[in-house]
Amino acid sequence: MADLSINLAGIKSPNPFWVASGPPSNTAYQAHRAFEAGWGGVVWKTIGEPIVNVSSRYSAMNLGGVRMAGFNNIELISDRSPETNFREIAEVKKRWPNHAVIASLMVDTRERWHEFVKWSADVGADGVELNFGCPHGMCERGMGSAVGQQPAVTERIVSWAMEAATIPVIVKLTPNITDITYAARAAKSAGANAISLINTINSITQVNLDNLVPEPFVAGFSTHGGYCGPAVKPIALNMVQSCADDPEVQLPISGIGGISNWRDAAEFIALGSTSVQVCTAIMHYGFRIVEDMVEGLNDYLDSKGFTNVAQLRGLAVPTLKKWESLDLHYQRIARINYDKCIGCNLCYIACEDGAHQCIDLVDPNGYGLGPGRVPGKPIPKVRENDCVGCNLCSLVCPVDNCITMTSIETGKPRMSWTDYQAKMARGEMMPIPPHP
Amino acid sequence: MPLSPKLGPEALAANLAELHPALTTQEAVIEANRCLFCFDAPCIKACPTGIDIPSFIKKIANGNPTGAARAILSANILGASCARVCPTSELCEGACVVLDLEGDPVKIGLLQRHATDHVHEHHLQVLKKPSAHTNRRIAVIGGGPAGLGCAAELAQLGHQAVVFEKKPNAGGLNTYGIAYYKMKPQVSLEEVELVKSLGVEFRCGVEVGRDVSLAQLEQEFDAVFLGLGLGAGTRLGIPGEQLPGVIDAIDFIEQIHAEPLHQVPVGERVAVIGCGNTAIDAVTQAKRLGAQTVLAIYRRGEDDMSAYDFEYELAKNDGGQFLFHAVPLEILAGKDGRVTGLRLARTQVNAAGKVGIIPGTEFVEPFDMVIKAVGQEKQAALLKKLLPKLELDKRGAVKYDFATGRTNLPKIFAGGDCANGGREVVNAVAEGKRAARGIHAFLSGHEVTGPVQPSRLGAKNGAAGSGFDHPIRVKELEEEFGKP
Repeated sequence: MADLSINLAGIKSPNPFWVASGPPSNTAYQAHRAFEAGWGGVVWKTIGEPIVNVSSRYSAMNLGGVRMAGFNNIELISDRSPETNFREIAEVKKRWPNHAVIASLMVDTRERWHEFVKWSADVGADGVELNFGCPHGMCERGMGSAVGQQPAVTERIVSWAMEAATIPVIVKLTPNITDITYAARAAKSAGANAISLINTINSITQVNLDNLVPEPFVAGFSTHGGYCGPAVKPIALNMVQSCADDPEVQLPISGIGGISNWRDAAEFIALGSTSVQVCTAIMHYGFRIVEDMVEGLNDYLDSKGFTNVAQLRGLAVPTLKKWESLDLHYQRIARINYDKCIGCNLCYIACEDGAHQCIDLVDPNGYGLGPGRVPGKPIPKVRENDCVGCNLCSLVCPVDNCITMTSIETGKPRMSWTDYQAKMARGEMMPIPPHP
Repeated sequence: MPLSPKLGPEALAANLAELHPALTTQEAVIEANRCLFCFDAPCIKACPTGIDIPSFIKKIANGNPTGAARAILSANILGASCARVCPTSELCEGACVVLDLEGDPVKIGLLQRHATDHVHEHHLQVLKKPSAHTNRRIAVIGGGPAGLGCAAELAQLGHQAVVFEKKPNAGGLNTYGIAYYKMKPQVSLEEVELVKSLGVEFRCGVEVGRDVSLAQLEQEFDAVFLGLGLGAGTRLGIPGEQLPGVIDAIDFIEQIHAEPLHQVPVGERVAVIGCGNTAIDAVTQAKRLGAQTVLAIYRRGEDDMSAYDFEYELAKNDGGQFLFHAVPLEILAGKDGRVTGLRLARTQVNAAGKVGIIPGTEFVEPFDMVIKAVGQEKQAALLKKLLPKLELDKRGAVKYDFATGRTNLPKIFAGGDCANGGREVVNAVAEGKRAARGIHAFLSGHEVTGPVQPSRLGAKNGAAGSGFDHPIRVKELEEEFGKP
């Protein structure tokens, strides 16, 4: 059993799984249920001046029968009073002293920031998270993503929070920005203790084709919502890694964005996250999903020989390089296992129409017969000399381990684009001829 | 005592309800999403009418059941009945690669039914009448699946087809001879309406050879399609065959279509002679009508049965019993002249594969009803009478060119059971359609482009894509543009 406990900038929790700030972390009742289910921390639904919400509020993007592959919302921060929220935080902390409770905050003036940060510490919160990310509603009032999208504003408001902070301050970043590391650096330079990312992405999930109004529908209209759920994970991973790898940031990271299971969590941790936050998956299935997150991550760490989760943290960060440093002489090719091929020939048409025309349909004699193949039905055959190793066929193949991308020895030494340009400049090699 | 009905209307309605309930829209979309959208899908290859199955399934998944039905009906005008009566596990679903991936194929038959039901229920016309007419007239003899397949295709090619059907309704076995729990006759009658809507004229209750001579038709029409189907049930050739209580399986099934269910008589102890698919239908149907005991008697063994496994399983689950290696020698009658039983003997198959009676094994079993299901006669006698010069094969079926339906007589084309000797509904539709294209070529001198079966196999050499009439030929593209 690996040790899953973490310490993010001084905030300790028994495991890295935190309930993200959102509808599941709106009340003490939910926080109790979350901790009972096994969550390590709860980031409270953002506290600020009470707001008024609209109906309806959520929408989803379904994909090939899978519900909520993507999800969005136009709900604002907590619609409960700060008094109620802080009182409940105190109650929860009393009952769960060893679990992390973080107060997510969003207010406007310097005085209000001071007041809310102090209030958080007074009720026993383990830290605060500054919500600079919400892309709907609050940004129209100069808060949320309106703050996070301008590094100078981010820096100033973080500094206000830091003036009053006696507990760790996490800055939650918006992805609705060209380069998130600028916002992360601003948080760092203002003295933030950690960053969390990503908040939701500006989105319209769908247009109702009967009334031609997008969802969520509010009295004949809709508004841009914050997008999240499994579909945003790749974007979140990209931004987490960018911050983890930035020498000027170097802050503990709480990873957020489409995390639904232990594998997602492990990927976020490998790309530099200390804790991970989950919201949409809880909204879909309830708090119980943490059970397999804890168990799955534990089993994975054990299988890799790690004794604590910190040993996994950041291991994949340095494997991302600039394109120009990748080896131009590395070669992969697709190999098809004909004993597994069921004969759908999706690889053929994907390569033919969608990629580089390197697969032929040929006479099947002599290639064995996979489980579903009709005798005599043409089979796909990779022309290995022409295969560029793009992976597409292996991605469309519906059978596990049927098409394997195999590294082959080219006999050529490693050469990156940078090396190539340098060699040409030195007159050591001629330009590589263009592809016919 | 004459045979009597055994169950009331409610019990019968439940017993003879359709076996497989229709999919809900949500079920259909979930099922459709299981389809891999294979490139050269084996299911298309396995469908005699070459329905572009992955395309229509994709349309269902994408919320376009109307388009799905268009894809189905443009390839197979009887798509609704084929969705119900096709032995899909032997055809499309048997070829489905998901079967090998997951152990359970995509439910193509039920999805096809979902799409075709959708357009029938909403009265959507998905096939277009051609705008131009050739003013060529073709007589289609027989309004069964082959005739309908032929007439619909002819109409879509701009010709005037006139269907001659001796029964009051067209549809053939689909209307009169499909086990009730597989398909209600209404589905077949809706398909006839669909064919009518394309401009085909139906003359029902007209028997060619009796009400109108073939010579007349040959004179009046530019071509004639023979889609006569098969004839009466094959005789057993044993004493007692004419007794009341002895019925042919086809007639037994037709009774269910012709009369209210609670008026269809059935025996207490029923013998079914034969073990083909029609025999199995008779077993299941007799059982569901309320017979106490139904015993199918077959002169060979279980492994030699021509019935499909799923039909056999269904009959066994209904409580049907099977006696293998036995043959009836005589149908016995009581004093009132009604059936009382069968005199049977055990059989064995010799080294040459011939069935012989084992001497001294005779025995008698009591039955009050005997259903004969040992096949249907070919139409040799009728065909000889109608067209003395028409060439028949040694089985008595019309000799025809499989690709075009041509016979040895210039204006005469054929397809379906009268030519193939007796196959599935879907084969008959396909042959009717091929013959329509053969007739079109004969009349216009132009081949209809595109294969009847738009196989995407071997894209390098043949048609690629599902386009029926304008297939993309990869080879031509390569010649013009070169291969990268």
